[in-house]
Amino acid sequence: MNGRGKSPSAGRGRGAAGAGAAAGKDGQRRPMFRRRKVCKFCADKIDDINYKDTKLLMPFVPERAKILPRRISGTCAMHQRKLRTAIMRARQLALIPYTSE
Amino acid sequence: MTRKYELVYVVSPDATDEQVAELHTQVESITQRMGGQLEKTENWGRRKLAYEIGRHKEGTYVLELINGTGELMKEIDRRLKVLDYVIRHLVVRIDEEQGVIERMRAERTETSRRRRVARGLPPDRQPGEGQRGEPDEDRDERFDIGGEEMR
Repeated sequence: MNGRGKSPSAGRGRGAAGAGAAAGKDGQRRPMFRRRKVCKFCADKIDDINYKDTKLLMPFVPERAKILPRRISGTCAMHQRKLRTAIMRARQLALIPYTSE
Repeated sequence: MTRKYELVYVVSPDATDEQVAELHTQVESITQRMGGQLEKTENWGRRKLAYEIGRHKEGTYVLELINGTGELMKEIDRRLKVLDYVIRHLVVRIDEEQGVIERMRAERTETSRRRRVARGLPPDRQPGEGQRGEPDEDRDERFDIGGEEMR
């Protein structure tokens, strides 16, 4: 999110190609590179996404306690689905908050 | 048709230890009466709730693994709903998920073994063997939630 928001200003600052489309393209030249997103569960070979395992789930419910979307966490579709059910179950048992004021 | 279920209930912090123990025996007796079997019990003890339920901020969590029929779980569910010192409970069927997990795990070891054999290596990983591409340090780099990127 941040990367996209910043890129036009970064392009302007350096005086490189000013067009927005070009700013998106010069990914390699930007000092702040965007790291490749990999599904945590695939990478760590975690098969079991369990609602009891709050330690595993907490990184996916940031401050506002909303479920972190796939486009940000990079979780694959299958694991996001499992993650979602796990989080919803954990919420029922008050292991994870629904909201935080 | 017996299935595997997991039951978690949260008991109000006002309840005494005896009440918690009694609840457990109640669950056990219902299970036995209806031809089920209590596989495991875990008491997580008193934990802080993620949000207030009623006026409670804490609760005692108890986990039970039960083999039994749907009817049995229905009955337990009904009982727990009635008791007012049980502030939350959740029944989850776990046999299917466990099967899926086991299958995935088996599949993975199977593929890795096959590939290793195809590369002329022993099927299981030897101690001290590891590829350069997969040390633990770069895990953070590939996947770093909680970093600036999400703000």
